[in-house]
Amino acid sequence: MKILVPFKSVPDPNDATFAGEAASASKSVINPFDEIAIEEALRIRERGEATEIVGVTIGAPSVDEQIRAALAMGVDRAIRIDDARALDPYAVARILRAVVEKEAPHVVIMGKQAVDDDSNQVGQILAGLLGWPQATFVSSIEFLDNKTRARCTRETDAGLEVVELDLPAIITTDLRLNEPRYVSLPGLIRARRKPIEVLTCDQVGVNVRPLTTVLAVARPPKRPAGTRVESVEELITKLKQEAKVI
Amino acid sequence: MAESLVLIEHDRQQVKRSSLHAITLAQQLGGEYELLVIGHVVNKISSSLVSLGATSVIVADDPALAEPLADRYATVIAEAVRKSGAKNILGTSSTFSKDILPRAAALLDAPMVTDVVAIEQMDGSISYRRPINAGSMFAKVKVEGERRVLTVRAAAFETPAANAAPCPIVRFDVDAESLPNGMRFISREERKSDRPDLTEARVVVSGGRPLKDKETFERLVGGLADALGGAIGATRAAVDAGMAPNDYQIGQTGKVVAPELYIALGISGAIQHLAGIKDSRIIVAINKDPDAPICQTATYFLVGDLYQIVPQLIESIRRA
Repeated sequence: MKILVPFKSVPDPNDATFAGEAASASKSVINPFDEIAIEEALRIRERGEATEIVGVTIGAPSVDEQIRAALAMGVDRAIRIDDARALDPYAVARILRAVVEKEAPHVVIMGKQAVDDDSNQVGQILAGLLGWPQATFVSSIEFLDNKTRARCTRETDAGLEVVELDLPAIITTDLRLNEPRYVSLPGLIRARRKPIEVLTCDQVGVNVRPLTTVLAVARPPKRPAGTRVESVEELITKLKQEAKVI
Repeated sequence: MAESLVLIEHDRQQVKRSSLHAITLAQQLGGEYELLVIGHVVNKISSSLVSLGATSVIVADDPALAEPLADRYATVIAEAVRKSGAKNILGTSSTFSKDILPRAAALLDAPMVTDVVAIEQMDGSISYRRPINAGSMFAKVKVEGERRVLTVRAAAFETPAANAAPCPIVRFDVDAESLPNGMRFISREERKSDRPDLTEARVVVSGGRPLKDKETFERLVGGLADALGGAIGATRAAVDAGMAPNDYQIGQTGKVVAPELYIALGISGAIQHLAGIKDSRIIVAINKDPDAPICQTATYFLVGDLYQIVPQLIESIRRA
């Protein structure tokens, strides 16, 4: 079985600058949800159910650092679609469709959303474009019937839901699927020898432009600083008389 | 021809109230709008929607649609949109709409904007405001194309009035044979709770990692929520530690709440959590660390030991 893992390079959400206008200037990392997808692919291979894991990302050469990190985790080889434009989920999904058609994986595993854009769309759009089954917000994956089907547990607003998908299919990951491993030094050394294939949109036969334009980015109005209260009685008085909420 | 089509969410028994908030965006966008209900045996659900100002309630009712499988639902939505000619396809952000609507957008070759909190109309063009980077920033975006799919943050749009003259309920015929067949619903695990729904509650009490275990969490967070008639929420850390189930998680990747009163117990206030509570009217933080970021966001904060303060608080509220 071959697994394709698309991943995005995002500003580090643990960096102090993430919550501000300068977020794009902060250190980049693999989108945490995509890192969970990579980890899951590695575990599937480790239990003998996958033979190859291919990573794919879209961006300028600067994202090679995150590609190396994915290869160091254990991804076998990577593709970078060389495209430095500000893409929207519409365009990203169409580029990924071309990569899926070229690579013909049995399953695509990817994060449910990128922590910078928070759109939560690409996996579902990709599934729709390909006409493949999908399981979103997944917290467990099991392959059945000689890997012709996947049984997935999904985290929903109401609890948990189990669905089965005929393969090939798209799976998007939620937080509790696994905890990604740290990159090891031997992993990093091995990663240097692993191939990164750089292709343009033209070379994979896709001609798409984003339909979404970001006109402006601004901070939301700040909430006024909090008032410290010293006791339960004072808190209750404030909530009753000032806030009038209890 | 309707300008907008609003996807209504239900739990097979009744309409999910928050899914009605998208109707308010349809009203702001202007023109006529239709509501779409998909499921099986949904007569009662459909008839509860006739007074919301829509031109019609479109109902796709078929045994093949009994469960919300994304491939089938997206196909039905795309067909209904093509038939109605709607330019805006709307839903309220939830795991239901986030699963299904992007797929429908793919079938319609339309762009999509997630989590709209406001629109701005200028010179005949519309821009949408949406949170990014865990709600720490807002982006103003515009989209091209003949059609667009939009999901709204429930907290940002009011519940629409239900006082219009009843509209017709129109059956949308589904050819079950032609629906996709690659996904199967197996089971669902949902807890029935006597507490109010987290996203619709007036009061939410929420707990973090310092609550230690499931029993303590239930005793303190649950006890305070019950004293106030509120719902329970949790941080990612509390859910990961098994103190609370996944559907309690509030934040960037969980639920977004905007109650009148939000009480945070032992929550430091990572931006991923704050993303889900920022629009609450009053935020109370009870925490042992006065320098925790939550104290900057809270309306009131009380510094001290949860194990002493919370039982006192429950007692005082119950006495009052």
